[in-house]
Amino acid sequence: MAFAAPKETFSGKVFEVTIGTDKTAVFGGENVLPFHAFEGSVPHRPVIAYEVQDIVPDDWPETVRKVYEGVSGDPVTWAKYCQDTLNAKAIALRLLSTHPDRENRSPEEAAKTVKDVLAAINVPLIILGSNHVEKDSSVLVAVSEAAKDKNCIIGKAQEGNYKTIAAAAMANNHRLIAMSELDINLSKQLNILITQMGFDKEKLITDPMCSALGYGLEYTYSVMERIRLAALTQNDATMQPPMLADVGMYVWKIKETQASDAELPLWGSLQERGITWEATTAASFLMSGAELLIMRHPEAVKAVEKFIDELM
Amino acid sequence: MALTGVEIFKLLPKTNCKKCGHPTCLAFAMKLAQRQASLDACPDVSEEAKRILGEASAPPIRPITLGAGDKAVKMGEETVLFRHEKKFVNPCAFAVEIKDSMSDDEINKIVDGVLNSEIDRVGQKLRIDAIFVNNASNDAGRFEGVVKAIASKAPAVPLIIATNNPAAAEAALKNIADKKPLLYGADESNAEAMVNIAKTYKASLGVTAKGLDALSALTEKIKGLGVEDMVIDSGARTAKEILEANTFIRRAAIKKNFKALGYPVITFAQRDDKILESLVATLGVTKYASIVVLSSVEKWKNLALFTLRQNIYTDPQVPMQVEQKIYKIGEPTPESPLAITTNFSLTYFIVSGEIENSKVPCRLAVMDCEGLSVLTAWAAGKFTASKIAQFIQESGIENEIKHRELIIPGYVAILSGAIEDKLPGWKVTVGPREANGLPAFLRSKA
Repeated sequence: MAFAAPKETFSGKVFEVTIGTDKTAVFGGENVLPFHAFEGSVPHRPVIAYEVQDIVPDDWPETVRKVYEGVSGDPVTWAKYCQDTLNAKAIALRLLSTHPDRENRSPEEAAKTVKDVLAAINVPLIILGSNHVEKDSSVLVAVSEAAKDKNCIIGKAQEGNYKTIAAAAMANNHRLIAMSELDINLSKQLNILITQMGFDKEKLITDPMCSALGYGLEYTYSVMERIRLAALTQNDATMQPPMLADVGMYVWKIKETQASDAELPLWGSLQERGITWEATTAASFLMSGAELLIMRHPEAVKAVEKFIDELM
Repeated sequence: MALTGVEIFKLLPKTNCKKCGHPTCLAFAMKLAQRQASLDACPDVSEEAKRILGEASAPPIRPITLGAGDKAVKMGEETVLFRHEKKFVNPCAFAVEIKDSMSDDEINKIVDGVLNSEIDRVGQKLRIDAIFVNNASNDAGRFEGVVKAIASKAPAVPLIIATNNPAAAEAALKNIADKKPLLYGADESNAEAMVNIAKTYKASLGVTAKGLDALSALTEKIKGLGVEDMVIDSGARTAKEILEANTFIRRAAIKKNFKALGYPVITFAQRDDKILESLVATLGVTKYASIVVLSSVEKWKNLALFTLRQNIYTDPQVPMQVEQKIYKIGEPTPESPLAITTNFSLTYFIVSGEIENSKVPCRLAVMDCEGLSVLTAWAAGKFTASKIAQFIQESGIENEIKHRELIIPGYVAILSGAIEDKLPGWKVTVGPREANGLPAFLRSKA
């Protein structure tokens, strides 16, 4: 019985997305399953963005907080540190201070932060709200205008606020993250609703909602695989935007990244455990189809970049 | 590939004799196709039909057991490429490599690490499953001694004996023949000798060749020599090679019913950088390895990989559940708030995560609703006022806390009155609808 390589080719293809204006980053564009260059085209590596917040990250566990000690008091300094010292290929600025339960900063203040950060960096910027549905719909409109024509990614548009956010992203020439909650049909529906407003489907990025290793990872993993298979095998344009895995914020709040060695000796060193948790979560989502990752710990990013080197 | 009912029907006697307990041969054939009947029930079936049906009904990936006793590991029998289609069947085994060129001290440390690797997570006991003993010294005497020492120190742990030297293989295996080890090391140059040793000592055989063409030819040859329990290695070592080889092997076996590659796969993930090693192992776990070989037993790496394997091998059709009980989050005092939710694992993880974020110590009552989320459980009549009241009363929580206030999810606000009726002396407070509202809600109460 002679072996014949069972290659699979598809009619569909993931949209290629370019972000930024000075230094740009490109991801997506493949017409095969993740890293299956042996049977098709994988033109770009996934892009990892470093997460930066507009307030001191005092709720981050020490393992990752101490990395940014001295720079995290100010988003401009923090972003520049990621770009210049950590060689970040993109920055994800999370405007957490705008959340009504936090500092409740105004959209105007957020817009100023975005302008300041944009002036200080030349890598692409992803601008994220505080994930408060109502507040985001004003904050993300203001920051879209502040970043006009900088070819940023704005996020996240959800079922409850996509109209205003998508309109602002469209008017100011940005890309847009569409997030739904762990369901392929909800994800498809949101992408349809947004494109029905006239938003270019090739400027969308799908966020099927991330989760951490051990805390629902398998749901995100399988929704991503199903979205990607629909994009490739059914040539379904609503499923063809590249996918985001917003890894850091889910990983660095769970017990496995916080409990000390003394508290749980069976779990081993907290330092490596936290870093490995973030890297392993990220690597899993690379296997299920994410092209854009948002991460926090430089050691985890470094390991995932090495893993991508080996896969490409 | 499995035969259809009609294809099976053509092979049956077509006498409709009913001796099998089915009204017609066609009805019996349909049951066979669904694997709800066994061919043995037909007394008149021909030898030819038995052979064809037997081959067709064999699982596309051969089941192999590594080791003997309680800690034996089942491998193979997979039926799909993607976990949303159907549950992945046999979780991959993690094996740690010991080189016989290491010092006895180093070897003992790793064996201790394996013996102490067991962790309990969501009710499952997870551990490093096997030891991969590599004859790196090329010295058959040293190899025999090391294998013997490991087998006596860790008698229950399945062993993989790694050498391509038949003399070393025989020396190592003769002491552990009752342990059903895997002899990893049949290649094109030594296949006959290794087959004979595997037969003599009842070991399964790890088969290695460069590339899938050569590997297919070699498994066919070994099958012809009389050994069918094989684990295969295509020589892939980088992540890129592993992904390609493992994908082609799984597809060939499942979609093309290509028997020559229908065996469990062994994947080598050892790296000097242990975090990178975790990621190559992640590739093995997600992409079709049945054995993943590691270089070390750090607890933090084990925990991440055990958790990943558990996540990937979960049944996608059965909601993961957590145990019904009252969980303490932080260090709650008798005055700390008490909230209730259902036992769908995702619900539990998200709710407990948000409570942790709030930094407000709490008790979280998790009620058995057969793994349904709050709204679904309410709609299905499993998260009702009387069941909640009964759970709270029987939990004994009234002896642990000083207050009598229960926080319920905002989505079931409608239940608050009914619960108060059924729980005399209790006050029910309606919490936020979404878990992400909990930090603000709890901080405002504190």
